[in-house]
Amino acid sequence: MSETEENLPSERETAHEGAVVKAENPFADPGLPPHEHRVQDTDERAAKRSERAVAFLFLVSMLATVAFIASYVAIPIDKIVYIFPLGHISALNFALGLTLGVALFCIGAGAVHWARTLMSDEEVADERHPIAAAPEVKAKVLADFADGARESQFGRRKLIRNTMFGALALVPLSGVVLLRDLGPLPEKKLRTTGWKKGIRLVNQSTNLPLRPEDIAVGSLTFAKPEGLEESDEEFNEKIAKDALMLVRIQPQNIKDKQELAWSHEGIVAYSKICTHVGCPISLYEQQTHHVLCPCHQSTFDLSDGGRVIFGPAGHALPQLHITVKDGFLEAASGFAEPVGPSFWERG
Amino acid sequence: MKKLSARRRHPLAALVVLLFALAVTGGLYAAFAPADKAQADDTAQSLAIKEGKKLFAVGCASCHGTGGQGSSDGPSLVGVGAAAVDFQVGTGRMPAQQPGAQVPRKRNIYTNAQIDQLAAYVASLGPGPAVPDKAQYSADGADIGKGGELFRTNCAQCHNFTGKGGALTNGKYAPTLEGVNPKHIYEAMETGPQNMPSFGDGTLSKQNKKDIVAYLGAVDSDKSASPGGMELGGLGPVTEGLFGYIFGLGACVAVAIWVAARTTKAKKS
Repeated sequence: MSETEENLPSERETAHEGAVVKAENPFADPGLPPHEHRVQDTDERAAKRSERAVAFLFLVSMLATVAFIASYVAIPIDKIVYIFPLGHISALNFALGLTLGVALFCIGAGAVHWARTLMSDEEVADERHPIAAAPEVKAKVLADFADGARESQFGRRKLIRNTMFGALALVPLSGVVLLRDLGPLPEKKLRTTGWKKGIRLVNQSTNLPLRPEDIAVGSLTFAKPEGLEESDEEFNEKIAKDALMLVRIQPQNIKDKQELAWSHEGIVAYSKICTHVGCPISLYEQQTHHVLCPCHQSTFDLSDGGRVIFGPAGHALPQLHITVKDGFLEAASGFAEPVGPSFWERG
Repeated sequence: MKKLSARRRHPLAALVVLLFALAVTGGLYAAFAPADKAQADDTAQSLAIKEGKKLFAVGCASCHGTGGQGSSDGPSLVGVGAAAVDFQVGTGRMPAQQPGAQVPRKRNIYTNAQIDQLAAYVASLGPGPAVPDKAQYSADGADIGKGGELFRTNCAQCHNFTGKGGALTNGKYAPTLEGVNPKHIYEAMETGPQNMPSFGDGTLSKQNKKDIVAYLGAVDSDKSASPGGMELGGLGPVTEGLFGYIFGLGACVAVAIWVAARTTKAKKS
């Protein structure tokens, strides 16, 4: 009892609990368990077997690499084969993936088997020396630093010190100015689209100008401005702002007065670009008149001025004022507000 | 002849002559007049409408009204056309099992003849798209590449790039188009069932529709090739990422644990 007293919480507790026997320190470091040998360490024949297994895996890897090259050369790119769980799959893809997979796997498996059966698995404790420097070394370094500072006259000659700080502060500005070369300024591009008064609405599917009688109640049509062709060099940049979806709603179901005024007999034209981050948005439900954005689930009500009814979008979907001239639908003006996501200067 | 001549003043003589003349005229007409096919078809058509009306009264009228005029439980069917009936009943969506966000596809309980009769009846309520014939939706003469472009422009936003379907709002969804009869795909585009917008011939021409149906036949049938294999539903990066994280990384973690585990010892301890 007396030799373990220091490890016990207090005498009073032990007195209450009766005789508690603590033979030794329960938190003492038990040290490493004695090393046990593997079969391969004691039996040379087992070690030989492991060696052969590792060599076999490496050999399989070599053969798989040869098979990879052979299948790359031999299998035509459009050959389709049926392989049970995978379905109708490209023979070339399958062969390349399988052989490369086997080649890499066998290298790894060989290395692991080698490490586990033949390389030494004895655990060794390595004592580390303290990282902190000796006090006399620290004192010497600090003294040397103070000497250097004094000899450079940095603290005494304030003019040099201040101008040096100024020069160092200005130098990074050159790099900041060069950032201007990253591209042209957007200028008015974010505020304008290809739509303006008198531009006809062209059906994106048939490439023909749209007539109001083509568009039935409950239908969905995608339109682009007349004169914008898919063969144009800048088509993708332009359609990213100009894309339009046309739906027809019974006029009595349109709740927003301005929407009704900007429609033609219930045909309404809305920008197809979500006002959140600009995804193309056309998941239109014809009974609810809701449009859902697939990216972040912003939902707009096309019967109520494109109002946001759910999700992160911050602005209503912009509507294009349309009218009919010579029997064809055309824009009565450009978009009244910038289409697509918000930007810093949008206001 | 004398006998006949003697009775020519009989009170019924005029009637007999009249009947005889009528019979001859009718017989001659029947023998020589061109067989009027329209007449026969009209009869068949009106019979179909009659039968369809009976079927409608049993299966549809409780929601769509006894005259197809609609009620609080179902929309009016005036002017939806035969194509809408062929789609809704042919895919088993109608009659609906229960009200809800969306009526799902299920096993069809009507025979083709009964569907045709129902369609004939509903078509008689008001003009609407007719059931397309086989030449309109068969892949012969269709441009699959153009169909792919049109599909990505008009359909992919909801039905995914190869028609695997996707989610919409409040429990609604765009169903998968895999294994759907080409005729029904064509009819769905024409009529816009449930919340799907319609794509009428004015905005998406007949040839456009044929191309789209052919594209789906090429990419979304059980015979269509998937060069990479293991489509995981073809739903895109979400399922693929999830599979990669769970099974790919999971396998790596398991192997790493095994590699670092104690090796077999000569003596069992």
